[in-house]
Amino acid sequence: MRPPASDVDPKTAELWDRHQHQHDVISTRTLGYFLYLLSDAMLFATLFAAYGVLSYQHSYFGGPTPADFVKPWYTFAQTMALFLSVLAYGFGMNALKNKNKGGVINGLLSAFILGALFLALDIHDMAHLASLGVSVATSGGVSAFVVLTQVHATHIFFGLIWILVMMAQVMTKGFTTEVVGRLLTLRMFWHLQAIIWVFVYVFVYLWGYMS
Amino acid sequence: MLVDLAGGWNPLVGRLAWSQIPYDNPILAPLFVAVVLGALMLLGLITYYGKWTYLWREWLTTVDHKKLGIMYIIIGLVMLFRGFIDGLMIRTQQAWAVGSQSSGVFGALHGYLTPFHFGQIYSAHGLIMILLAATPLLVGFMNIIVPIQIGARDMAYPYLNALGLWLTAAAGALIMISLFIGDFAHNGWFGYAPIFELQYSPGVGVDYWMWTLQLVALGTTLGGINILSTIIKMRAPGMTWGRLPIFVWASLSANVIALTSFPALQVALALVAADRYLGAHFFTAGLGGNLMLYTNLFWIWGHPEVYFVILPAFGMMSEIFPTFSEKPLFGYVTMVLASIAIAGVSWLVWLHHFFTMGAGPYVNSAFSVATMLVGIPTGVKVFNWAFTMYRGRLTFNAAMLWAIGALFLLLIGGLTGMMLAIPAINYMVHNSVFVVAHFHSMLMVIVYAIFASVIYWFPKVFGFKLDEFWAKTMFWLFSAGTALVFVPMYMLGFMGMTRRLDYVFNTAWQPYLLVMELGIVVYMFSVFAFFALLYVSIRDHAKNRVGADAWGTSRSLEWITHSPVPFYNFAVVPQINARDEAAWRRENGLEHIQPDHYDDIHMPNNTGVAIILGGLSFTLGFALTWRIWWLCLLSLIAIIALVIYRSFKGDPGYILTAAELEKMEQEAIRRASRIDGGHHLRPVRGDGWAQERADLPAAGTLYGLSSPMDHHK
Repeated sequence: MRPPASDVDPKTAELWDRHQHQHDVISTRTLGYFLYLLSDAMLFATLFAAYGVLSYQHSYFGGPTPADFVKPWYTFAQTMALFLSVLAYGFGMNALKNKNKGGVINGLLSAFILGALFLALDIHDMAHLASLGVSVATSGGVSAFVVLTQVHATHIFFGLIWILVMMAQVMTKGFTTEVVGRLLTLRMFWHLQAIIWVFVYVFVYLWGYMS
Repeated sequence: MLVDLAGGWNPLVGRLAWSQIPYDNPILAPLFVAVVLGALMLLGLITYYGKWTYLWREWLTTVDHKKLGIMYIIIGLVMLFRGFIDGLMIRTQQAWAVGSQSSGVFGALHGYLTPFHFGQIYSAHGLIMILLAATPLLVGFMNIIVPIQIGARDMAYPYLNALGLWLTAAAGALIMISLFIGDFAHNGWFGYAPIFELQYSPGVGVDYWMWTLQLVALGTTLGGINILSTIIKMRAPGMTWGRLPIFVWASLSANVIALTSFPALQVALALVAADRYLGAHFFTAGLGGNLMLYTNLFWIWGHPEVYFVILPAFGMMSEIFPTFSEKPLFGYVTMVLASIAIAGVSWLVWLHHFFTMGAGPYVNSAFSVATMLVGIPTGVKVFNWAFTMYRGRLTFNAAMLWAIGALFLLLIGGLTGMMLAIPAINYMVHNSVFVVAHFHSMLMVIVYAIFASVIYWFPKVFGFKLDEFWAKTMFWLFSAGTALVFVPMYMLGFMGMTRRLDYVFNTAWQPYLLVMELGIVVYMFSVFAFFALLYVSIRDHAKNRVGADAWGTSRSLEWITHSPVPFYNFAVVPQINARDEAAWRRENGLEHIQPDHYDDIHMPNNTGVAIILGGLSFTLGFALTWRIWWLCLLSLIAIIALVIYRSFKGDPGYILTAAELEKMEQEAIRRASRIDGGHHLRPVRGDGWAQERADLPAAGTLYGLSSPMDHHK
């Protein structure tokens, strides 16, 4: 039997880890969360693909197309609300570096308010469209429009719940490893939703308006 | 905005009604009674022996990756059995309902199954075999083996691991309950637009199908994240990428596929849900829907999924061939590259599932070439295994037989796959049973690899070997069944028999169908042999106990810890020095050297949250299927509340002290030395080295025990 390849001398080799090798909890968590966000990005990529396939003229079946009902400036206000929310969260994370509890709470609270504004504008927009008779059941093209934007809005909704939970945890638990890890992962989540929104705004609203 | 339903609906129970329970069905009603009696008997036995506390504490709330893996495998085996029964029913119907003169019973014009019932059976058979048998079985093995092979104490996220299991269990429960309440989808396991639309499938079958898939997709995605993080973050010191066991590489590439492809499935099915629940028009035949969008989205997941299940099977074979050839794996680096290449190409071939869509010669050619490309890395693997065995000292035990069987099937399945990759041939045999025989050959590779692994890793997990005689008997019966079922199926495919026939018009095919019926009966005997295997092995377990290195020629890291593996895996995390660490230690006479001191270990606590979340997900799936809105809302809120509760509570874990650890380790070493007894597992090379080392105590001196090392003093 040939010995397996190794450049380690068996006479001096260490066989057991003597250094109480520790795994870094925060980096392990953020890696896993990053992987989850990859799958979330794939989810949106698939929705965009579906939207692309269903954005031909015949996909609207003679009914309204986004050019008829999207309002770029209204949606621009949404965009600003979401971006400022991410910025506010970023200020909160700066405060975290200084272990400033009040700063983190303020950052989270502002992020929540701006995120809620985004969601309120979205719901208002959807209600308005419904009143015009534009809904998920209108045509294949509009189905893709509604589902893509509302899946994003659902992400925002769950992000808002999460921000509230984190505010409570920062207040009651302080900056424990777990809380800091969650603040970091929530930041990644919130940031990704803003990135996705850039694509939604450009490809669905602006492009839809132009076409 | 919610759609109008054909049948009745009321706010309290949704679409549920007494008439949905098929008590008048001559097949399902007796089965239902048998299942209820069996379940009552099982629950009675657990109560009689007072095992509820044990079950709850040790299994249902566990976060131990090995126990979760065992439960995955149990779910997989149970579902494999269910899927087999479906296969048996399909074969029997096709052997019976041949020609216009064939008789019919139970309301069927020909055979014993009505077309609608037959459609449900083949749909359930496919879904179950791929997503609830193969997937959990492989995920189970990855769960058990990967952390031990990289020298970790557990997965990166033990609680998430438990959640993945219970979501899979919820999916299994949902598809099982569709047998007795309502019906199941009749649109094939992958579904066709627009037949799954509410207009054409007004029942709950499609909803069961959809939510089952969603649950299993969610569970597998979470499991994929966990295994990837574990491999990247939890490796023992010295376990470099170049020393990673091939099964770990295979799991890594497989889970990259899972992570990136399952979202596509979830979206495809969510859009079906939008159509069926909200009246959207993604895949409808009118109003701007696009039928082929569904098929594309499904197979963008579906083909990567095929490699998600085959890559771990390749990994298993790559562990088994070297062990029983007593040689290192031939071409480690090419094996790794081949796995990654297969994972990459898996994304570029989905369209070959529907060349007949009419995408045109250029698109079809591109996908044809991409499909043939898969043959290169796969061929590399096959040659690597062959060269591993070449001039090796081969042991033809049951595990090796199963692995070699997998290799032969891979050859058959792979070559027919190459044929199907050519659009001109594909048009000829599209939707014929030739295709069915091809992908069954491939899936049988997985089944063979799984049974090889059950035999190979069983002693590591449970501390005793399975019975060789029954394992081999099962292998030969199973292989005879495979030949008898699938050789005629290939032939019928060439003769033009299309798949999914509940009635076969051509009586000239009957002899072949009867041979296939015989084959499935032989399969049934192999199932009996499997039960005999379990019974005999457990009965004789005291005789078949093994030490750490169960086979004496094992190579990777899992074989240096005790058998059965203690719940903490390694008392002290090993330092890795070579690619095949166990073989390296054995061949340098270091395998009996134990750590000289222990430190406290931090372990995660058990939690009941995961199983409750699984139960709530099942409730949510059931409520969505039957459109019981209040229950949907309630279970969704409960899920969110429970997740938040867990987030607040956290898990501080507990400390396993060095003293407790030392006590357990002494016991394990004592047990192992009783088994080894100096008659096997003796170091064969470089025995003296350990004695020259002052820094390490030899095994025998540490606790004053006798060991195979003693006689060298």
